[in-house]
Amino acid sequence: MTQEVKTYTVPTMADMAAAGQEPEILFWVGCAGSFDDRYKRVTIAFVRILNHIGIKFAVLGPEEACTGDPARRAGNEFLFQMQAMSNIQVLNSYNVKKIVTACPHCFNTLKNEYPELGGTYDVIHHSQFLQELINEGRIKVKDGESFKGKKITFHDSCYLGRANKIYEAPRDVLAALDADLVEMKRVKANGLCCGAGGAQYFKEPEPGKKDVNVERVEEALGTGADTIAVACPFCMTMMSDGVKNKNREDSVKVFDISELIARGEGL
Amino acid sequence: MEIFQQILFIIAVGSTVWFITKRIQLISRAIKLGRSENRFDHADERLKTMLLVAFGQKKMFTNPLVGIMHFVIYTGFIIINIEILEIILDGILGTHRLFAPYITPVYPVLIDVFEVLAFGVLAVCVVFLCRRFVAKVDRFQEERHREMTRWPRTDAAIILLAEIFLMIAFLTWNASDSVLRDRGVGHYGELQGIVPDFIISQFLKPLFLNFSDNALIAYERSSWWLHILGIMAFAVYVTYSKHLHIALGFPNVYFSDLQPKGEMQNMPEITKEVQLALGLPLTTEPDGSQANDNGEQPGADTPAEIGRFGAKDVQDLKWINLMNAYSCTECGRCTAACPANITGKKLSPRKIMMDTRDRLEEIQRGWKTHGPDYRDDKSLLNDYITPEELNACTTCQACVNACPVNINPLDIILQLRRYRVMEESQAPASWNAMFSNIENNMAPWKFSPSDRFNWADQVNDVN
Repeated sequence: MTQEVKTYTVPTMADMAAAGQEPEILFWVGCAGSFDDRYKRVTIAFVRILNHIGIKFAVLGPEEACTGDPARRAGNEFLFQMQAMSNIQVLNSYNVKKIVTACPHCFNTLKNEYPELGGTYDVIHHSQFLQELINEGRIKVKDGESFKGKKITFHDSCYLGRANKIYEAPRDVLAALDADLVEMKRVKANGLCCGAGGAQYFKEPEPGKKDVNVERVEEALGTGADTIAVACPFCMTMMSDGVKNKNREDSVKVFDISELIARGEGL
Repeated sequence: MEIFQQILFIIAVGSTVWFITKRIQLISRAIKLGRSENRFDHADERLKTMLLVAFGQKKMFTNPLVGIMHFVIYTGFIIINIEILEIILDGILGTHRLFAPYITPVYPVLIDVFEVLAFGVLAVCVVFLCRRFVAKVDRFQEERHREMTRWPRTDAAIILLAEIFLMIAFLTWNASDSVLRDRGVGHYGELQGIVPDFIISQFLKPLFLNFSDNALIAYERSSWWLHILGIMAFAVYVTYSKHLHIALGFPNVYFSDLQPKGEMQNMPEITKEVQLALGLPLTTEPDGSQANDNGEQPGADTPAEIGRFGAKDVQDLKWINLMNAYSCTECGRCTAACPANITGKKLSPRKIMMDTRDRLEEIQRGWKTHGPDYRDDKSLLNDYITPEELNACTTCQACVNACPVNINPLDIILQLRRYRVMEESQAPASWNAMFSNIENNMAPWKFSPSDRFNWADQVNDVN
């Protein structure tokens, strides 16, 4: 059993269209999921889950482009709308109906901001998707690593939580790990930002007495958790940097919820 | 003597009404400076939000203890005002407790309720003063928040002290009146057997037992007058104060945003340009407005806004942003929740709202001295709100979430950023780099778009 060879595939929309097929769901990878070394591992974990459950999915591959989220929030509406309309043209040309993404910023933009520009899709975040799989019993989180006795705290992403009121899905997903879930003081609607939103990720912070991610990591470390679970590529970077800042990277790890599920499932 | 008091009273009521009308006109003119936007849609949802958040004070209960205390002042304010009706009629007609003989069985019950609430308001106002000035709750302190200058702190103290004063006047008025009634003095005695002692003021009666009849009448009259004149003065004062939220909080919540908090408002005037650039069919009206906007709201004429993207001054903001500014009672829950502010950056969402109102009031002063078409050369951006503040925002919406009356400081920040970036090309250098990466590489980083799918090569690698 230990040496079972698994092969995972990543079909593109172009491949599918050429074969005259349409996927059940489009996995929107996002820029961080495509280029950021750390978040690529999340993309891969999620793709393995998609393969594992046998759903007919596809990605846009090289046809995908930034949703424009950081441009819009920085104030560059022109650039945002250029990105949005080009993406909508691509999505509509493939007749895309359902999208899942592991990035709350892409999720929020695709779900809430594209409809007014002509792109209306059923968009879900990977936390909701995983929650569904667990509820339907398609993922049992049994064959892999055990998380029993581990202490996990979940950091709410602003664009998943406050922006779209998705607080329970990621927590339900983590609950399936049978680990010890501990909450920080500022959670859900009162969750504290990691400091990356609103295009902050792409510039140095303004002068202050502390960095936001350090403030947040201190709170996370205060729970005594050995794992900080996130559901957003920017939170991932900010929390990981914060843990390093506190010299705790050996004892405290930051993982995306899909990585934890993939490991629990033995993928 | 009676008729003299009545005339004086009618003059007082008249001038209060006149003054407040003037103030309402001025404030609504200021709000109408904002861009038009239809917020009369989705009446059901808006009504529901107003019932929950404004009438039900839902968001105040985030901290249940403070929520309850605020609820006491709020219900006290609304319910005790029923008594004002009788007081005003008494004042105009020269009567004393006009309603008592007509609703004899319920009259004492009503006054008892008012007295309990009055006592509650008094107690809570004392607690609130202590929270501000003794316990020094962080969000009210100037040392931590530079927008909490002398005036906002004085304003808060004036309001709380005024409410304490009004409640004391009301309760001692009832007590002195009870003593006069017991003694059967003049017309006061006529209500003997009709009006009993009241639930709270009965305990204050001993204070007046040594008073002579004349001294007692003098106290009764002056407390009655001070109470009602105090209320009138307070009503006028409120229009100059942060306390205006007691009136504007309700419409402000009704007209507040309905979309998910993460959704930033679209700019249809840009959609048109982008569609032209990409050679797509146009979906918006030529003037940039999206299909017809019936149920017009303030500021229908729009020439000034054409050609300006985002907001430099209050006229470029939407009318709801300006109503937000007048509805802000400077409680600072937004600022206490702001990650930038918590970590010592200059940004404070409360200051954004206070600056917007201060700028509006500066424009009003200009109208007064130079006529109604006067425009000075100042602006909200730079003269009030600095780029450093704007750039520090993470758009996390914690401020929007925290506001008990659904004010949206983030919307103002975003519009000012839009002006800085699109009209002045004044984005921080690393944002400009990010923009050009998105434009050229389809990602905010400098990676080749052709490498975008390379991650898939690693999908079968061992973990």
